Amino acid sequence: MSILIDKNTRVVVSGITGREGSFHTRQMIEYGTNVVAGVTPGKGGQIFEAGDQKIPVFNTIQEAVESTNPNASMIIVPARFAVDAIYEAADAGIPFITCLTEYIPVLDMIEARAYLDAKGARLLGPNCPGLLTPGEAKIGFIPGSVAMPGPVGVVSKSGTLTYEVIDALTRLGIGQTTCVGIGGDPINGTDFIDVLKLFEADPDTEHIVMIGEIGGNAEEKAAAFIKEHVTKPVTSFIAGRTAPPGRRMGHAGAIVEGKSGTAEGKIEALRAAGVPVADNPDDIAKIVAERMGK
Amino acid sequence: MNLHEYQAKRLFAEHGVPIPNGEVAHTPAEAREIAERLGGVIVKAQVHTGGRGKAGGVKLGRTPAEAEAAAAAILGMDIKGYTVGKVLLDELAPGIEQEIYLAVLIDRANRRPMIMASAAGGMDIEQVAEETPEKIIKVHIEPSLGVRSYQSTYVASRMGLPKELWRDFHKLLTGLYSCFNANDASLTEINPLVITGEGKLLAVDGKMTIDDNALFRLEKVAAMRDVAEEPDAERQAREAGINFIKLDGNIGCMVNGAGLAMTTMDVTKLFGGEPANFLDIGGGAQAEQVAAALRIILSDPNVKAVLINIFGGITRGDEVAKGIVAALGQVETEVPMVVRLAGTNAEEGMAILADAEMETAVTLSDAAQKAVKLAQGDN
Repeated sequence: MSILIDKNTRVVVSGITGREGSFHTRQMIEYGTNVVAGVTPGKGGQIFEAGDQKIPVFNTIQEAVESTNPNASMIIVPARFAVDAIYEAADAGIPFITCLTEYIPVLDMIEARAYLDAKGARLLGPNCPGLLTPGEAKIGFIPGSVAMPGPVGVVSKSGTLTYEVIDALTRLGIGQTTCVGIGGDPINGTDFIDVLKLFEADPDTEHIVMIGEIGGNAEEKAAAFIKEHVTKPVTSFIAGRTAPPGRRMGHAGAIVEGKSGTAEGKIEALRAAGVPVADNPDDIAKIVAERMGK
Repeated sequence: MNLHEYQAKRLFAEHGVPIPNGEVAHTPAEAREIAERLGGVIVKAQVHTGGRGKAGGVKLGRTPAEAEAAAAAILGMDIKGYTVGKVLLDELAPGIEQEIYLAVLIDRANRRPMIMASAAGGMDIEQVAEETPEKIIKVHIEPSLGVRSYQSTYVASRMGLPKELWRDFHKLLTGLYSCFNANDASLTEINPLVITGEGKLLAVDGKMTIDDNALFRLEKVAAMRDVAEEPDAERQAREAGINFIKLDGNIGCMVNGAGLAMTTMDVTKLFGGEPANFLDIGGGAQAEQVAAALRIILSDPNVKAVLINIFGGITRGDEVAKGIVAALGQVETEVPMVVRLAGTNAEEGMAILADAEMETAVTLSDAAQKAVKLAQGDN
C-alpha cells in the first residue's frame, strides 16, 4: 500500500518537451511510472519517446484528458506559465496536481489555492521535489535509487534533505511506503496535516518521519494535529536552528519573522506532542530503527 | 526585496495614500536647497534596517542651516552595518494628535492578505503586540472582494478613530491594499499613520517588502533595487543564480538545496563550528555556478575551511566536481576543504576530485567534524 500514487496512477506531464521536463519524465518512466500523455502548447501531435514507450503530446490538458484519461498531473514549466498550468489541470478535472516549478508569486498562489479548493482538486507544491512510492511510481525529482519499499511514511518541506533522510533509512534496511515533498513556499497546496492524515489511514505505514524547517507555523499546527489524531509514532527533524532572523534562507517560506517561525518554537511544539526531534539528520534513521525495535 | 522609506511612500501616494511633501538628498548642500524650498523638515536616514531613530539617524531641521547640519551628521553614519548614502527630507506634519499603526501583509496560516492595525502606533509597536495583543486588530481580506467598507469601519471603530475620519480612513486603507496588490508586496506598513493637528490622516513613515518571485513583472519596482547597499558577494551570488547569505563564522558552506544548506549549518554548529555563510547552489547547478559559488566563499577573508555537501538529485556530482576543479584553477587558495558527494553521479565526481588533494567524507556528520577541525587549524 501507499498514499497518493502507485503503479496504476495515470500521469500527464505539462512541459514534457522541455529540457528538465523531458529528462525527469524519462527517469519517471524508467522507474515504472505510468505516464500516459504530455502537454506542450504548439507541439500537439508529436510523440515523446522514452525507451520503447511512445507518449502522445497534446496542446492542452483538456485534449489529453479526452483521449488518455489521466488522474494525476505533473507541472514542470517555467514560473511565468506555471500558475496557468495549475488552473488548466484543475479545470480539466485532474484530481491530483503536482507542481515542481519554483519562483511562483505568492499572490498568484493565494488565488490559485482558493480556486483549487472550490474545485476539490489536490495540489502538491509548488516548488517541491514531488513524491515517490518505492518500487511503484514517482512524480518529480526524488532519485529512485535511494528508496526501497517498507513501512515508513516520509513527509518533508525540503528536497535534498529528504533524499538524505530516505537514503539513511534505506541504508539501515528500513523501507518506505511513500515519500512526499510538500515544498517550502509560503502558500502551497498539500500541507503536513493532509499527508499525516493519509499516512494515519494507510494500513501499511507503521511509522512517520516528518521533516520541517523554519518559517510559518505548519510544524506547530502539525504537532497539535499529531497530539489529537495520530496514533502512529512520528519522528522529526527541523532545519534552520542556526538561521539568523529576518533573512530568507533560500525557500520563500524559510524566514524567521520576529518570534514566529523559529526552530526552537517548532521543536518545543513537536516534543510536547510526544514527537522525538533529532539534532542531526544522520540520527533520524537511528531513532526510527530504535523505536521500531530493529 | 525591501524598499527604502521614500520609495515605499511614493508608491503609496500613487494609490491615493496621503504622504508629506519630501525629497531625497545625497549631500548636505542638496539637503539645504531642499529645506529652503520645503521649510521646516525632518531629516531621515534611508537604510534597509529598523531602529534608525534610536541610532540617531532621524533629526529635525527647522531651518535650512539646521537641515544641512543634520544631513551632514547622518550621511555616512553606520546603522547596524549599513552606511547611510542618502537622506529623505520630509515637510513637518502640522502637529501630531495621534500615532496609528496600519499594515497589509500576507497571513500564511490563513492564506489571505490581512490588515493589521493599532491605535497604539509608533516606535514601540512590537512591544504592544507582545504585551497587549488585544490592542492589535486583525482583519482578513478576500482577494476577490478587496477591502469592503464595513471592514474599514470595523477597524476604525475598534481603534476609536473620530467618526469624521472614517471615510478618509476607508479611502486610505483601500489605497494601501491596492498598492500592496499592484506591486506584489508581502508587506506594506505605515508606522506611524498620524492624525495631524488639522485633523487629517498622513502616512509619515512607510515600509514595503516586495515578493522577489514577482519582480519579473514589476519593471519599475525592480529598478528601485539599491545595489549600493547590497554587499558585493550577495550581488555576485544573485547574478550567478545562487542563494547566498553572509554570516559571521569561519567555515564556508556550499550545499545544494535550501533545507540541506540550513541543515549543514546546523550540524556544523552542533560540532562546535561557526558557519561563514548560507549558500544554496540551487537545483541542477552546472560547473560554472559551482565555480562562482566557491569564488564567492573564498572571497571572505574569515573563511578558514570550506565544507562542500552535495546530495545529487537533479544536481549531478560530476558537474559539481568539475566546477570545484575549475574554481581551484582560477583562485589561488590555501584554505583546506572537505567534500562530501552523495546521490546522482557521486562516484564519478569523487574520481574527478581524486587529484585535488581534498579531504573527503561519507556522511554529513563526518564532513562537519572534519571541517570544524580544519578551521581550528589542527589538521
